[in-house]
Amino acid sequence: MKKLINFFLILIFLFKFSSLAAYSSDPKNFVYELVSEAIEKLSSTSLSKEEKVQFIEEVALGNVDIKALGLYTLGELRKSSGKQEVKNYQQAFEKYFLKSLTSRLTDYSSSKFEVIEAEQKSSNYTIIKTKILPDDGGPEIKIDWRVYTKNPDKPLIRDLIVEGLSLARTQKEEFASILNSNNNDIKILTKKLEDFANN
Amino acid sequence: MYSKKLITVLYLSVFLCLTTVVKATDECFEGVSRAVFKFNMVFDDVILEPIAKGYSKLPNPVKTGTSNFTSNIATLLSIPNNLLQGNIKQLGHATGSFIVNTSVGILGFLNPAEKIGLKPHKEDVGQTLGSYGIGPGCYFVLPILGPTTVRDSIGLVADSFIDPFAQITIREKELLSVSGNELDYFSVKGVAAVDFRSDNITNFNSLEKNSIDLYSSLKSVYLQDRERKIKNSDSDQDDWDLDN
Repeated sequence: MKKLINFFLILIFLFKFSSLAAYSSDPKNFVYELVSEAIEKLSSTSLSKEEKVQFIEEVALGNVDIKALGLYTLGELRKSSGKQEVKNYQQAFEKYFLKSLTSRLTDYSSSKFEVIEAEQKSSNYTIIKTKILPDDGGPEIKIDWRVYTKNPDKPLIRDLIVEGLSLARTQKEEFASILNSNNNDIKILTKKLEDFANN
Repeated sequence: MYSKKLITVLYLSVFLCLTTVVKATDECFEGVSRAVFKFNMVFDDVILEPIAKGYSKLPNPVKTGTSNFTSNIATLLSIPNNLLQGNIKQLGHATGSFIVNTSVGILGFLNPAEKIGLKPHKEDVGQTLGSYGIGPGCYFVLPILGPTTVRDSIGLVADSFIDPFAQITIREKELLSVSGNELDYFSVKGVAAVDFRSDNITNFNSLEKNSIDLYSSLKSVYLQDRERKIKNSDSDQDDWDLDN
């Protein structure tokens, strides 16, 4: 009986999180399925704010290359800093990234989403061109998704280019400015990221 | 007369040095720019944002009509710039769009030009100089007007000389029996600023809330936007080479 209950618990667990692992490995379908599910969940009135936060965090951890994003935004300092310092920075960056993402998306309102085309840049990258049409009649927003495809079975999002503006590059240049003002001290940047995530 | 020429030559020399040697990410005078930025943020909080919020509550047809009207007037500046860039296709789009929208589109409040495939890009002298290969020079922030670079600030002044709308308003010249005054010019520019701010209330709030250093985030956004407009391309060229 106990084994049967355990079996059902495992089934429930797998069912609950199956959608997070079930996105297609084709970059175009991957972005379409991920965004369509996100729009459905985030515009839903039946989910609480906490459930939406949990959903965003799970999707981000499973489908965004947060580690690479952290290294990219650190710039050249990633090469000259010590391993432990980079590791501490990476941990703080992940917390910062998740907090920033949930803060941006939990108040999301419904929109129509359309994949326009996929452009393979190299064996490692495909750019998925999409557009979002807000239901409130706001202007159409063009979003390009930089998908990392080194592992063809597990595409990962590395950047969003909104109307030609790269979010990763904006982040990198913001961090560069903070580092410039603080003698390129990675510990100060790490501390600022931790403070942001904890507030 | 001689000294005026000398000043002009010196000014152009400094301009060329600043725009070719200095990178856009370099600051002209960061401390001053950050102080001006703080002033601009107060101006935004107290004046621009409240007006933009009020404006955003207007019915959609009113907002769209206003946006179309200011965009149509801005197209006038794109026409000479397309000519200077030798971009004949865009010159056709801008000229055709202005004629169709001003006539059929009732002074530009409607945008029938878009429906027949005329989609002009906004062009200014800063972009034209950029298309000639002139670098942005260092970065600074102007009171009220916001972020700029050496190249773009010179372009901003030059805009007022080649923009037909500025000619008939600021310089009070008559063009095809149409004339205006400074108030017309600043009213249209003011409404365009409110319309832009209104479109970006959520985006700006999100950036403000999620930035550790908002000054640097906006600097990056401004420089990327200018780069994109000069190239007339949305594609990101960064190769993300993390292996080296």
